Amino acid sequence: MTKPNRARAIAIVSAILLLTLVVTLSQRRVKAAPPEGGISGTIKLEGTAPHQRPIDMSKEPACAAVHKANPVTTENVVAGQDGGLKNVVVYISEGWSGAAEAATATPTWDQKGCQYIPHVMGLDVNQHFKVTNSDPTSHNIHPMPKPGGPNHEWNKSQPSGAPPIDAVWGTEEVAIHVKCNIHPWMSGYMVVVKGPYGISDEKGAYKIENLPPGNYTLTAWQETYGTQTQKVTVAAGKPASANFSFKAK
Amino acid sequence: MRTQQLKSIACAVVVLAFSGISSAQLTKSQEDENLGMEAHVGKLTGHARDAGTNYRRYCTGCHGDLGDGEGENAQWIDPKPRNFTLATFKCRSTPSGSLPTDNDLYDTVGRGLQSSNMPSWNPLSDQQRADLVAYVKHFSERWKTDKPGTPIEIPSEPAVTADRIKSGQTLFQKLECWKCHGVEGRGNGSSADTLTDDQNRPIKPFNFHDQTKFKCGSEDRDLYRIFMTGLDGTPMPSFADNVKPDEAWDLVFYLRTLQPLHTKAKEIAKQLGLKPVNPNAPAPANAPAPQPQSNENKPQ
Repeated sequence: MTKPNRARAIAIVSAILLLTLVVTLSQRRVKAAPPEGGISGTIKLEGTAPHQRPIDMSKEPACAAVHKANPVTTENVVAGQDGGLKNVVVYISEGWSGAAEAATATPTWDQKGCQYIPHVMGLDVNQHFKVTNSDPTSHNIHPMPKPGGPNHEWNKSQPSGAPPIDAVWGTEEVAIHVKCNIHPWMSGYMVVVKGPYGISDEKGAYKIENLPPGNYTLTAWQETYGTQTQKVTVAAGKPASANFSFKAK
Repeated sequence: MRTQQLKSIACAVVVLAFSGISSAQLTKSQEDENLGMEAHVGKLTGHARDAGTNYRRYCTGCHGDLGDGEGENAQWIDPKPRNFTLATFKCRSTPSGSLPTDNDLYDTVGRGLQSSNMPSWNPLSDQQRADLVAYVKHFSERWKTDKPGTPIEIPSEPAVTADRIKSGQTLFQKLECWKCHGVEGRGNGSSADTLTDDQNRPIKPFNFHDQTKFKCGSEDRDLYRIFMTGLDGTPMPSFADNVKPDEAWDLVFYLRTLQPLHTKAKEIAKQLGLKPVNPNAPAPANAPAPQPQSNENKPQ
């Protein structure tokens, strides 16, 4: 080959090789997601928990009877002996870009002994839940999302023995207060978020699972003390931890 | 030339200042955009754009320029005027949690609300009222994102019979209406004194013993609709999931026996010697069974 022809040949072959490389690289399939990580931690209350008032259910004898042996109190702040704070919802407020499909499980919001069980329930946007009445008395379920907001207030009667009510929330909201007008002491919260979340137990311990590695902002919400945020980085296969502490007022 | 320029600058500044002040609920541009809102009532089409003058003349005093229920009269009246920016309405033919139909709003404007400061606007023409309905809607973005619910089916009213009244009384007992409304319907049930509305203001349950008309109407059909769809924004829930359409009429007839009206129902109740319900009695064996229904509350 002549020199210029050889140079041209090399150029063409290199170009083809380069093109092949580029195309191959761009066609590379996304690998299976790396091992999912999680975040766990403890939520503590600094200081003395405010006194929870005993609830007088004498207006509803059927429920008063249920609690005769173990009187119940309000649940605005539920703190364990070691200062662990219960019912705190920890969720991803920034950095979650995961699947938009709602969880398929249908948790139950029960009315039992004229209380809401659970007191705080976490939900995905568009996740269905069931409201049941396990009491011998009628209740009305009256969720009160933010007035004028994207979720709308509704109010349904549910007599004793009535079938479960299926419902769903279409937009995130932290948090929707639920009440019963017949029994004004009844109070609970539905926390509607996108992505995984955890709710702290009596020891204040929570766990968020199924989190791909990444940088996240965590928000912890408690019904009396509001929210706190923290930035957390989750690495593949390495559990991350984030603790929160609320000051008793 | 100079003074002219200064004048226009001063004008511009004043206009800007005022547009800043009125930014409470919707922005000015949002509101202008919403003025394209329409209402459809029978053959009429109402236009928000044509209602501004009438709204300012007749409605602003209570409902406020921004439709937020903060007109200058609001502080002196009870119940408070409706806040249209929240898009929550009591008088609906649609399920709890959903928007009313344009017709519902039109009926409310025309009828007014008994025992409140909301007068009947029937002296205004049909077209004017339809335009005002469109104007009411233009205060909330919800009318753009959601559709009104499907109005409930109301079967035709059957004849009043003693059996129906007794069945209605059984429902009144089983559904525990007396917990708020009281066993004689005087609005003095055990839960009555702690009731609050969605703005946390105290609110009283309807007193059947003393009152003849409801806020959302005065006919039997209106009463039917009230307890089947509930009154959103108040403690009054919807009972549609637990009352079959035909037995709802039984409850209507029983409720009529509690009111100071000369109705056939009241006459029959007197003949029967009907006594108020006993809250401590267990539900009778032939109490109607609750009807299983799918109660989806998805956003529209």
